[in-house]
Amino acid sequence: MTSLVNQQPHSEAIGYSFSQSTHAPNKQHSFYPYTDNGGSTLGITGADFAILAGDTRSVAGYNINSRYAPKVFKIGGDDETGEGAHILLSVVGFAADGHALKERLDAVVKMYKYQHGKPMSVRACAQRLSTILYQKRFFPYYVHAILAGLDEEGTGALYSYDPVGSYEREQCRAAGSAASLIMPFLDNQVNFKNQYIPGSGEGHALEPKKAGPLPRSTVEQLVRDAFTSAVERHIEVGDGLQMMVITANGIEEIYTPLKQD
Amino acid sequence: MDKLIAQYTRSSHQNEFYSEQEQHDLTESHPPLSLKFSLPPIDDSRAFLRAMTDDHSNPSCPIKLAHGTTTLAFRFQGGIIVATDSRATAGNWIASQTVKKVIPVSRLSRGEDKPTDAPTPGLLGTMAGGAADCQYWLRYLSQQCTLHEIRHKRRITVAAASKILANLTYGYKGYGLSMGTMLAGMTPQEGPALYYIDSDGTRLPGNLFCVGSGQTFAYGVLDANYRYDLSEEEALELGRRSILAAMHRDAYSGGFINLYHVKEEGWVHHGFNDMNPIFWKTKLEKGEFSNVTSEL
Repeated sequence: MTSLVNQQPHSEAIGYSFSQSTHAPNKQHSFYPYTDNGGSTLGITGADFAILAGDTRSVAGYNINSRYAPKVFKIGGDDETGEGAHILLSVVGFAADGHALKERLDAVVKMYKYQHGKPMSVRACAQRLSTILYQKRFFPYYVHAILAGLDEEGTGALYSYDPVGSYEREQCRAAGSAASLIMPFLDNQVNFKNQYIPGSGEGHALEPKKAGPLPRSTVEQLVRDAFTSAVERHIEVGDGLQMMVITANGIEEIYTPLKQD
Repeated sequence: MDKLIAQYTRSSHQNEFYSEQEQHDLTESHPPLSLKFSLPPIDDSRAFLRAMTDDHSNPSCPIKLAHGTTTLAFRFQGGIIVATDSRATAGNWIASQTVKKVIPVSRLSRGEDKPTDAPTPGLLGTMAGGAADCQYWLRYLSQQCTLHEIRHKRRITVAAASKILANLTYGYKGYGLSMGTMLAGMTPQEGPALYYIDSDGTRLPGNLFCVGSGQTFAYGVLDANYRYDLSEEEALELGRRSILAAMHRDAYSGGFINLYHVKEEGWVHHGFNDMNPIFWKTKLEKGEFSNVTSEL
């Protein structure tokens, strides 16, 4: 961590022109403003709901600093409890950046409501979050954000972001330290990747199984399975599972304990 | 009387809220004229950004940005074909297989594709390099094109639009933007027009471009089979086949083949199709890719 900035870059050409080398003869402490607080988040949508979930452990290195540090937040609520919110945001990465981002988006969504007299649509909010992230393009928020809500038709909407604001609407997304463990599971169980209809043909003629919106009970079970499995194989995930389910009736929060080791 | 009505019809709380300008300052959101970005509080902010985000020179950098691509566009007698893959990578991790790398740049068609088959007027931009850079600046360009349309009562030319983008990337030269984009469109002034713009500030008009980590593989197929008098069917197939070749040989490209055709009336979307069935169809029916065995 000490010599990140002063490290000599590889001599081979890189895609864009950072040419001058920052080689310094003396090793010195560099500016490193980030901590990885670990953890993982996961979102899945259905026909009339969206689920956003995250574990509640907060780590720094090998130390577990908190067993209840939520990563999923309600956006645009009327007070601190988030009553009346219609959008969910999850942030994983550096918790301080994540918190700052959440506060900022919350302020924007509230101001929108006061000024226009109607709640901000999820589509508008999604694009706004992208601009907020890009505003710090040269000093990024160290976060992977996922935004969830219901779109104009009432179907579940999920948007995922990279740290500087590229975004995409998806059916499901896992982010954070266990993303590489959870995402392949989701590809298979939600988008039915590499699943074929038995007996539909031989060899290359086998017909792939078509993906469609899943019922809520199935999705909830998938989320639980994803997290209990990640806890078994990742040190930064554990303690508690916070699930937020957004439907036309509002937001429901479900907390279940995970393994404490 | 009118005055009285005007006085009392305004809702009472309207003036209590922040003014447009105050809100602006509060959230520093809208970038239109003076683009303000926050910078880290150190002397060499470029070196900081590189240390944090450039996985090429520092594979263990903490912030991995989405990268890697094959995109192509070429002019032919029937207009312009634009084709891309759909993979985004962050280091060795495949961040997404469903990225939309063709971004409509026009007032009528911002956001998601319309479900109609009718051509949509406007320009198309492609995305290679940093996903966020391309998305953000093409969105910005979209705003500028809309403003141009309102001010001048006609659609912007591709030359002018590409120059807005090139001036912009040139202005941010050295800050670490990473984008290689093509702008394609058809206007009454220019006919079919294609430009390549990158984050170094390059702006080139041309007939045929491939951009991204898989560009060489796409060029190989495209150059060998390209003719200006290709029919529409042939041109679409060539675009598809070139992307397929790049997906097969470039590890950073893959996913779905995204195909567009720019015509006089506007652009038409020709599908976002999984590469795997297309690959096997190409192999088994046409006998290409004979280096791959078809035994299961």
